[in-house]
Parts: sequence; structure tokens; C-alpha cells
Amino acid sequence: MSDLVLYLLVFGTLGGAFAGAAILVWFERRLLGIWQDRLGPNRVGPLGIGLALADIIKLFAKEDWVPPFADRFVFIFAPTAIVMAMLLGFTVVPYTSELHIADLNIALLFFLGMTSLAVYSVLLGGLASNNKYALLGGLRSAAQMVSYEVFMGLSLMGVVMLSGSFSLVDIVNAQAERGWFVISQFFGFVVFLIAGIAESHRLPFDLPEAEHELVAGFHTEYSGMKFGMFMLGEYLGLILISSMITTLFFGGWLGPGFLPPIFWFFFKTFILICFFILLRAGIPRPRYDQLMSFGWKVMLPLTLINLLVTGAVELWL
Amino acid sequence: MLLDMLSAIWSQLLTLAEVLKHTFTKADTVQYPEEMPYLAPRYRGRIVLTRDPDGHERCVACNLCAVACPVDCIALQKTEDEDGRWYPEFFRINFSRCIMCGMCEEACPTYSIQLTPDFEMCEYDRQNMVYEKEHLLISGQGKYPGYSFYNVAGKSIAGKDKGEALNESPPVDVRSLLP
Ligand code: SF4
Ligand code: SF4
Repeated sequence: MSDLVLYLLVFGTLGGAFAGAAILVWFERRLLGIWQDRLGPNRVGPLGIGLALADIIKLFAKEDWVPPFADRFVFIFAPTAIVMAMLLGFTVVPYTSELHIADLNIALLFFLGMTSLAVYSVLLGGLASNNKYALLGGLRSAAQMVSYEVFMGLSLMGVVMLSGSFSLVDIVNAQAERGWFVISQFFGFVVFLIAGIAESHRLPFDLPEAEHELVAGFHTEYSGMKFGMFMLGEYLGLILISSMITTLFFGGWLGPGFLPPIFWFFFKTFILICFFILLRAGIPRPRYDQLMSFGWKVMLPLTLINLLVTGAVELWL
Repeated sequence: MLLDMLSAIWSQLLTLAEVLKHTFTKADTVQYPEEMPYLAPRYRGRIVLTRDPDGHERCVACNLCAVACPVDCIALQKTEDEDGRWYPEFFRINFSRCIMCGMCEEACPTYSIQLTPDFEMCEYDRQNMVYEKEHLLISGQGKYPGYSFYNVAGKSIAGKDKGEALNESPPVDVRSLLP
């Protein structure tokens, strides 16, 4: 791959991710509207799409305020960290067999590491705000983290076993031979899906935010673009998790040949994003002790059993 | 326990399916400025003062509405014309305080004050929310056509003496002993 293509790809990913996140804010609200028998935002521009732009302008134009009681450095650092971590996660996403920024041989671990870093942003944001609601939000995010990070990584080990590689390109190529892993690794898929929702702090696992009980959770004290960065991080996380699920379980760019592979990749990602929004529309938020016991008592054993069975099948069959 | 879990998962899936079904239902939203919602004739909106069939003001300045009003937003002053009719010298409703409860309409003995199905009364200047009598008084009879308070009440005015009202018997002559 020539340097030019690489640069184009990097900036394309960057711009695409930002634009995607901005449009997603509008798209999610429209979709939620449809599912709640409303219309959703439809005033700004055709179908209300101008809302994405209006939202950005609003966020930039707002007063950028750091509360005097906050820990200034950490307070400013926290929102940048989440966006940085999420964007770094995008570097390993393979759009097609040729089109990817970096095909690391540890891509999967890199992705897990980056998304885990994003959690610190939430934690630090909650801690630095010096506000009781923010602190509770941060606390919940920590509790949530220890309960899903464990099985999130483990749930992917089945995929790694079947494909024999941590490289995402290899994993997709393995799916070309062995069928999509969503079938052979169904439990791994379910567990990773749930962990993914928790990772990106989306409903029903938006416990750190929980606007009905904690004002706005960890970003109570944030305003303007710093709040915007948290939002951006959340939507980037949503896109990232969806594209990772596509890659790991739905055969990435694989699909019938009449359309280019890149289309299949984005199509599957889009469907998954819609599914995430459906979850938000349909499922209530659990209490955080419920989430923890669910994670430790159901998800972890399930993952381990899945891992054992996969290993046994690989070894002896 | 396993059964409990499965049934819980099943119920979540059912929820999702139910929500997904709503993709195809029509939205309930009324797109207000383009699409006007139906307002019932008895809708409680902007308040008017009506006139009786002869075109006189119905209001007799009895102050009952002002007393009934829970937020005290009605102010008026009674005066009397040369015919002996009572009427308000000024009548003022502060719509920035009015809660459109309709208590004034219920209290009014003359059907004068009435609420109408109109709620579009926004103003940029709060002072413009204070309506005076010339803004409130309409030339029609509103919801109770044909009713005129003085035609059924015992009070004498010019052109209608005591005992001449509808369903009213002539006054008893207290100086006569005849039944
Ligand atoms: S509608 Fe209620 S609040 Fe308004 S003027 Fe009448 S009594 Fe007062
Ligand atoms: S509007 Fe009715 S209740 Fe109010 S002062 Fe006039 S007659 Fe009395």
C-alpha cells in the first residue's frame, strides 16, 4: 500500500468516524422516535439531518467552564482520553482485506487495550469533578468495569482459537473458510455483545451516566465541548464496537460478490448500530449490583464453558 | 434457576420484538404549526366577554369571577349607566398569570365571561399579556345564545320595571290587603 493511500485512509477514517458520530446523534434520535411512535427531530433541514450540524455548533459555542472545585488537569484530560482511545481503536479495524490502516498481529489485544483505556476517562472525569453525582457515576463505572472487562476479553478467545491468530484480517479470512463465527461461537458473540454495550456505556448499561438517578452521572459538571467529547467518545465507541462485532463474528467484509466488500462491511456495521439503538429503546437499565452479579455469576461461567468446549472441539474433533 | 434465566432472556427478546414492531406503526405526533390539533368547543383557552342578544354587555361587574379566580388575575371596577344597568368600568385579565382553569366561567351568573378554544396568544413583551376590556369584549353571544341576564332578573332598568321580567309575577302591593 502506497503512502498516499495510507494517508487518505487515515484521514478518511478520522473524518468518517467524526461525521458518523455526529450523524449518529441525529439518527439515533430519529430511530428512537420511530420506535416510540414519535417522529423525532425533523425540523432542521430535510428530515432534520441539519440537527447534527446544529448540535456541533451549539456545543462549540457554549461556555467552556471548569468548576473551581474540580481537579483542573484531570478534569480537562478525561474527555480527551476517551476520544483518543476510541480513535486509536479504529486503526486496527479492517474495512476490506486490503483497506486497513494497520494489520497488527496483536490487533485484537490492541483493540481490547484501547477500549479499556476509555474507561479511565469516565472514572477520572467522575473523580475530578468533585461532585457527589459525578463520583457515584465514576464509582459505578469502576464497578461495571471489573465485572465486564474479565469476560469481554475471554469471550473473544474462542474466536482466536478457531482462527489461530490475533490479527483481525486473519480472523476474517478464517471465517471465509469456517463460516461466520456467530454460528460456531454463538455464546462468545452474545457475551461480547453484552460486554460491548457495557464498554461503550450505552443503555441499558449506562449506569455511570444514569440520567434518571444521577443527574448526568460522571459528566454532571461538564459543559460545552468537553461534554461533547464524552458524547463523541460514546458514539465512537458504539461505531467501534459494532465494527468489531462485524469483523469478529459476522465475517467482516465477506458477503455475496455482487456488491463490493466494503459495502458489506459498512452494511453489517450499520445493522448492528441499529440493533444497539433498539436495545436502548427496549430494555430498562439494571441496578449496578444486578449487573455485577450478572457479570460474575452468569457471563463469566458461560464464557469459561464456551472456551472449554471450543478448546475441546478444536483439539479432538 | 436455569429456567428462570431462560424465561428472563425470553421476555427481553419479546420486548425487543415488540419494540421492533413499532417500526411500522404510525407516529402519534401532531406536527403542530402545520397540522392543527382538534380543539373541542369546550376547550379552555383565551377568555372573552360576551354580549346579550340586544348587544349590551352581559357583564354586570358582580366581581364573582375575580373572587373565584385562584390566581387573582382578574381585576374590574363596577359602574352604572343612566339606564340603571351595571357594567364594568374597566375589566382586566392578566393572561401571564391565568391558568385557564375556567373557574371564572363557572362563577359567572350572567354567562358573560367565557373561555374559547384558542391558545395561541404568545407575546414577546410580558406587558402585552394584560388584556383590557376592549381586547376581551366580543360582539357575539358566545356559547349561550339568547340569554340575557336583565330579562330574567328582578332588577329594574330603564324600559323594564319590576315584575316585567320573564317568568316573573308582578310585585305584591303591600298596601293592599286583598290576596
Ligand atoms: S380561567 Fe381561572 S385563572 Fe384564568 S381568569 Fe378564569 S378563574 Fe382566573
Ligand atoms: S364576568 Fe361575570 S362574574 Fe365576572 S364580574 Fe362580570 S358578571 Fe360578574
